[in-house]
Amino acid sequence: MNGIQSDLLNALPEIFVLVMAMFILILDLFLKSENRIAIFLLSQITLLGAAFITIFTYTGGVGYSFSGMFVDDPLANAVKLMIYLSTSIMMFYTRSYISLRGMFRGEFYSLILFAMLGMMIMVSGQHFLTLYMGLELLSLCLYSLVAMDRDNFHATEAAMKYFVLGALASGMLLYGMSMLYGATGSLNITDVANALQNNAQDHPVLILGLVFVVAGLAFKLGAVPFHMWVPDVYQGAPTAITLFIGSVTKLAAFVFVVRLLVQGLSVLVVDWQGMLIIMSVLSIALGNVTAIAQTNIKRMFAYSTISHIGYLLLGILSYSPTNPNGIAAAMFYVASYVLMTLAGFGMILLLSRKGFEAENIEDLKGLNQRSPWFAFMMLITMFSMAGVPPTLGFYAKFSVLQSALQAGFVWLVVYAVLMAVIGAFYYLRIVKVMYFDEPLDHHEIRNYPEMNMVLSANALGLLILGLMPQRLMDICAYVVVRSLQ
Amino acid sequence: MIFQDYVFYVLAAILLFAGFRVITARNPVHAALFLVLAFFTAAGIWLLLEAEFLAIALVLVYVGAVMVLFLFVVMMLDINLDRLREGFWEALPIALPIGVLVALEMVMILGAKHFGSARVSPPVQHLQGYSNTAELGHQLYSVYLLPFELASVILLVAIVSAIALTLRDRKDSKFLDPAKQVVVKRIDRIRMVSMPADIEEVSENETDRKEKS
Repeated sequence: MNGIQSDLLNALPEIFVLVMAMFILILDLFLKSENRIAIFLLSQITLLGAAFITIFTYTGGVGYSFSGMFVDDPLANAVKLMIYLSTSIMMFYTRSYISLRGMFRGEFYSLILFAMLGMMIMVSGQHFLTLYMGLELLSLCLYSLVAMDRDNFHATEAAMKYFVLGALASGMLLYGMSMLYGATGSLNITDVANALQNNAQDHPVLILGLVFVVAGLAFKLGAVPFHMWVPDVYQGAPTAITLFIGSVTKLAAFVFVVRLLVQGLSVLVVDWQGMLIIMSVLSIALGNVTAIAQTNIKRMFAYSTISHIGYLLLGILSYSPTNPNGIAAAMFYVASYVLMTLAGFGMILLLSRKGFEAENIEDLKGLNQRSPWFAFMMLITMFSMAGVPPTLGFYAKFSVLQSALQAGFVWLVVYAVLMAVIGAFYYLRIVKVMYFDEPLDHHEIRNYPEMNMVLSANALGLLILGLMPQRLMDICAYVVVRSLQ
Repeated sequence: MIFQDYVFYVLAAILLFAGFRVITARNPVHAALFLVLAFFTAAGIWLLLEAEFLAIALVLVYVGAVMVLFLFVVMMLDINLDRLREGFWEALPIALPIGVLVALEMVMILGAKHFGSARVSPPVQHLQGYSNTAELGHQLYSVYLLPFELASVILLVAIVSAIALTLRDRKDSKFLDPAKQVVVKRIDRIRMVSMPADIEEVSENETDRKEKS
């Protein structure tokens, strides 16, 4: 009896989110469309409640539940809190956008909450099966959210592409996991790590499994050469959903990679390090160079994501069993990447209005004349993405490069810095377009007080956290050390 | 070789053939039928592995329900085969070497060297009366409780998304609310209008015709 109690206590945030998501689903049936705002408020309360539960059940230790399939450790708790925060910001940004496009329905919010539940499971999974279930829960919600605007041809096409490629990636991941099971005799990550430590290993089989697992992970992350779906899905999906796919899910994907590669397969670090180096080098180059040629800003952000994933991998690949600093740097990077992406897409959502999508870089022309304040917010965001000090993006890049340097990849660091300079071009072009070009579009910028406030806080946060990044860095280092020992 | 080995090789050969035909068959209906064959032979192999319940579930669920539905869909849709095969020959020069390479690498590892009986211990022999199904159920509700619950959430999401993506309020819907029909009053349907009376005048032509007849 005691066992099941502690099991449930560890998974209390997940249970709460699940119950609330189902409650919202049912409540929506009884609401008139003019009272639909209640759904939005209730979703925000759910996030707040989940955050409270996560904080109050925090023990600082590592607790396993459900026969070791679920773990409640500082890393999971910290990332879950980041997921709540970014989902909440995302909901603030998207409310007006989706209500203007007839997507302001109860299903939208319950699917977002179910997707978030999937991410929480991915973050806390300690078993291949749990991790896979969380991933599928997330993916399934995302496929249908992309297709939500079903009369839009581009959205349907993007959803189909995403679905087919996502299914292929899941298949690869599962095949790799089955090989690892064949070689180690367990699906539990702790047991797999122990089996590998005890030298009961069959190296070629492990490598075959590893190749498939890494390919599946790279698909989900969108690293080159498995990146083909990223630009199409980013461009085709409704901007509200692109915001969600581009930001929040990367947090879960990061922990997913850490659980599988770092916690499970740290003995094979030399093998996966090589694969990650290749993907990182290619992602940084292709992302940064192709982004220059884009005129659609959503597509540009997609290529920018690919290059950011390259930098993220740089942090993960500088991991070594004796020095887990790289993981802390990667966590710092992914947290700041999520904040930057939220602000960037938030801006696009702000400039869109009924019947008009601010999709092209041209639409940002002369933003300074239309709204000096938001032009300044976008300036901070772009500087942060480019990695200009003193913004958060600079410290994010700095910390992953530092950890790569400590791991001895000098040439990789030199290459990444050069590529960051090339990448700065297309971010600065947006700044140039905003400040030095004449506006093409003279519409009044919509005034949604709560969205404007959150967007300003988000962009200013990039600057403030950039001025004092030590606190966030300390949290990342602390949770990584406490969880990976 | 004992009898089981022969059964295994026969089933495996049919399975490989069926799997190959699924992707090469020109007619999508044939491809779906070959998939049914693949499921049947896979179920046979599972029976050899003493996984009776899974084998039966595979046949019942996949062959009985999923594939029948799938066949319906394939037969209903008008699939343009030429468009499906478009780009096949252009992609072949790149795809074929990569495919062969991946297959070769897998064959090198997935052999008796790494998965032979020397490396993998033989399965546990169970006593007579051992129930595979009971053991599976027990595991599912105790050790694998969390993934089991998650699977149910995934099914719920599938239902919600299927409805969210297909349900739409039709503008030409002929649906009437009986409650509203019952409370209807005469005044809602009939409008009393006072109009001047029309007096029909009998024309001269008509009176002439009547006289002639």
